[in-house]
Order: sequence, then structure tokens, then C-alpha cells
Amino acid sequence: MTGIVEGVRVERAGPLALLQDAGRFGVRRLGVTQGGPVDIHSWAWANRLLGNRWGAAALEISLGGLELVACKTLRLALCGADLDARLDGNDLPRWRAFTVEPHQRLTFGTPRDGVRAYLAVAGGFRADPVLGSVACVPREGLGGHDGLGHPLKAQERLFVDSRSQDEADTRNTPQAIPPSEMPHYGEPAQLALIPGAQIADFSGASLFDAFNRSWQVDDRADRMGVRLLGPRLACRISALVSEGIGLGGVQVPPDGQPFVLLNDRQTIGGYPRLGALTPLACARLAQCMPGQEVRLIPKPLAAAQDEYRRFRAGFA
Amino acid sequence: MTATARMPRIEQAGIDAWLVRLFSDIDESNMPWLTALVRRCEEDFGAALIDLVPSYTTVLVHYDPLILSAGEARARLVALLETLSPDSGEAVQDIKELPVWYDPSVGPELERLERHTGWERDKVIELHCEHVYRVFALGFAPGFAFMGSVDERLALPRLETPRRRVPQGSVAIAGRQTSAYPTMSPGGWNLVGRTPAKLFDRQRKGFSLLQVGDQVRFVSVTRQEFERLGGEVTPVEARS
Repeated sequence: MTGIVEGVRVERAGPLALLQDAGRFGVRRLGVTQGGPVDIHSWAWANRLLGNRWGAAALEISLGGLELVACKTLRLALCGADLDARLDGNDLPRWRAFTVEPHQRLTFGTPRDGVRAYLAVAGGFRADPVLGSVACVPREGLGGHDGLGHPLKAQERLFVDSRSQDEADTRNTPQAIPPSEMPHYGEPAQLALIPGAQIADFSGASLFDAFNRSWQVDDRADRMGVRLLGPRLACRISALVSEGIGLGGVQVPPDGQPFVLLNDRQTIGGYPRLGALTPLACARLAQCMPGQEVRLIPKPLAAAQDEYRRFRAGFA
Repeated sequence: MTATARMPRIEQAGIDAWLVRLFSDIDESNMPWLTALVRRCEEDFGAALIDLVPSYTTVLVHYDPLILSAGEARARLVALLETLSPDSGEAVQDIKELPVWYDPSVGPELERLERHTGWERDKVIELHCEHVYRVFALGFAPGFAFMGSVDERLALPRLETPRRRVPQGSVAIAGRQTSAYPTMSPGGWNLVGRTPAKLFDRQRKGFSLLQVGDQVRFVSVTRQEFERLGGEVTPVEARS
């Protein structure tokens, strides 16, 4: 473990700050959820701006309120929501890498655009994997900086690999995100949905409504899932035998209001589904505030896979 | 062997998954087919396999879309299903036994079951212990095994108001299913006893004591034996 040293100290914790790698895979048959960043787009870009490998652990900061102090010189990148981030009181631009010196103070205020910001460090934050992953899932008590699934608390520390700070490989690393890739969270979101097997069991009027009317993000929105409010969708199936549900599954319980299942969802469920949002649509939804307007747009599976491969192509 | 097992459906389930539907109804005899499908997917997909979720009648197969296209993944499943045969019953000797202290202090709904059946407590316990259950799925929480099928006479619906805190190890019945809570959690099942068994352990190989397809029997033990095995006797809170 040479080279693993204290990177930042937590001065103030804020509502929710969780260490997240790509997620926990291979154990879902045990009832263990996926975890990982709910906004994979911002998380991945924060890592990419530092030349990190895919899957490096970064900090997911929900709703701001966090205050960190650097313990050493660090290469960092900040992507995702505008949480009024400041470095020693000065505005800190997002979507690019930057260097902090020891004792510099990184603070997050309240959300101005989006919900969650991602702070990555060169080489990734270091913690012992639990069931193969650092992904922090408080409900299961797994992963995170302490291995027990706890959100960050004041006076705790996050560890880094000191060598990565000096030797970051920046040859093939973009210095900033292209403007075309930069989201604007306040605008109405268009969420791509891959139709699922039960789609024909919904009434014709419900399918028209699902894809032509707008939906409002409910205040029941967290890392497990996001409820959408709008026209009541009618399905001739009310319950299925419970089956595995993937990321982005859009289940419709008898109240007719869709529930989009995100990273910390239960592993199996028994409501009929319209289909599944693409990973990038999940990422976009995860940045929506309650009350925000979204639309569901059907997308063929092959086109969705092409889009995802293009997104992943730039990552190591 | 049922007709549906030979006419599986492969359903679209998002950007990186196919859902293989082998059966339409819950049945203990489904499980050797599902465990065989899980094993074959592991063998045939190799590094392209991301995750698998077997559950009652289906297996959700997650593959890596950077390695396989949707069509390629589906073709592998089609080929695999053509030669799928159920796991044999050789593992029958591997029945896992869960010791349970059946007592109203840790299983408050034992009394509800006595009223429901009109039987003495011993007979209720005997009936719960008699059957060798199958694990249909794990879900709800890490290591929580949905097992069945419980004798129809013991099938009690869920509590109208779920408890906010069900103690670790609580053994429970809901409808024709039975389970044990791996950790303290909320829950709406009828509690009948408590097991000292550690159901989920991050240090154990395989992590979960119970795996999908396992055969499980509950064994009634005394309070002394329960405590000797490390069981925690704190009663279920009256208003939990």
C-alpha cells in the first residue's frame, strides 16, 4: 500500500456524499444491488479529464453542503451539477481538471443547476473493495470510504495514490469537456427509453400519453429510483411473478405513475414495465429536481447500444 | 419437464440485458432448470457476462454491450437454450438446515398461526419444519431468500402494517413463502421464530448462506441450543 496517503479531510459533510466506482457486479443474484454513480455521464467525464481508468472511484456529492480541505497537492476534476463550488472562496469552474495545494479549501453551497456533482482525483480515491466494489450503498451497509456503506462524515479522510498526483498521464487526456457533451440540467429532459416486453399490455391511449405528454419528477426521487407524475397509465397486467430488473427499468404500479429504477434499486420486482431508460437517460434523470419536466422518447435497442458505445469509446 | 421449459421466451430488457422466461408460474420444479441456465450462461458468455439474476420463472442475463451486440447476445442464448437440460437431483444430500427457536417472544405471529389453523403450537412448528423448501430467488436485501412452497394451511397474508424494525435472523411466513431476515430491516412478513445462522457474511466464500435453487429445511431447537449457537434472545419490540 505504499503511495496511499490522505488526500482530503472532510470539514463539513453535507446531506449526502458517497464514494462510487462503476458499481458492484456479479452478486445481484444474492440480492445485492448495483450501486455506482447515478449520473454515469458526469462521473465518467470527471475521471476522463484526469486520464483515470474506467471505474476509478469518485465522490458523488448530492445537494452540496460539503466542505473539504486538501491534505496534499492533488489533481482533481469536477463535473455534474452546479452546486456553487468554490476553491478558497473563488468560483470553481466545472467540467475541467485543476490542481489544489495543501490546506486549500473546497466548498459546495446549494444546487443552482442539477442535483449531484462528481469530484474525481487522479488515480481515483482509494478504499478497500467490498464484494468486489467500492460503490457505497448505505441501505446495504456495503462499500464506500469505510467499507460499511456510510456517507462521508465530518473529520473523516479520503485516501489517494500519491504517485498518481505527480505522474498523471495527460497525453491523451482532454483538458475540458467538448461543449456538445455539456448538459444543461434546467432544460426539459428528453429521456430515451428502450421498449420492454410488456409494452403491448398497456392500453393504446396510455402508450400515446407515455410518449407524447410531459412528465413531472416527483419528490420521491433518490438513488433507488425516481417517480414520475402525469397521466395515469393503464396496463392489463397488474402484477408479475418477481423477476430481475435492470438499470433504468420503468415499472408501472397500479397507481399508473411510472417509477424509474436507478442504481440502488431492489434486484427483483413484479410490476409491469414500459421498458428501460438508457444509462445516459438515467444519468440525465438523476440531475432533475422534483417538479422538473421530462419526456419519454422511445429508442430502438440497436441505436441505444450505438450511442452507449460512442460514449464509452473515449474512456480507457 | 414442462412444456414451457422447452419453449422459453427471450425478452428485451434494456441496453445490456435479455430476460429469459422459462416458466409462467411459481413452482419448485422450475429451479433445476433455472440453476442450469445460470451455469450455462456463465460458461458460454465468459468475460462478456456482467451479471445474472435468477428469480422464480426467469433469468435476467446482463452482458457487456462493448463486447457483444444485442443480436449476438441473443443468438448465444438461443443456442444455449436448445441444449439446456435441468440440473440433476444429485445435490439432494446438500439440504441446508436452518436451526430455529420457535417462540412467541421472537415470533409474535406464532399465535396468529395457531388461531388461523386451530392447532397446537407444536403442530404448527412441525408443519413448518416438515417440508424441504426451495430457494426461488434472493432479493429485498442481501441474502434474503424467498423460499417455498409453504403448506397452504400455514399461508398467512402479510401484515397490514409492516414493522419498521424486524430483528436479524427472524424467520417469517408470507403467503406460501418463507424466509429469514439477514439483518435488521423493515418488513411485513409474519414472524414465527429466529435463527442464529448468519445468513449474509461478507467474509464467507459466496457471501450468502442460501443461494438460488438451494434446498432448505428448518429445524426446531430449544432456547438453550439457540443461545449456544450464538442466537440473540431479545424479544421483538411490541410496537416495532
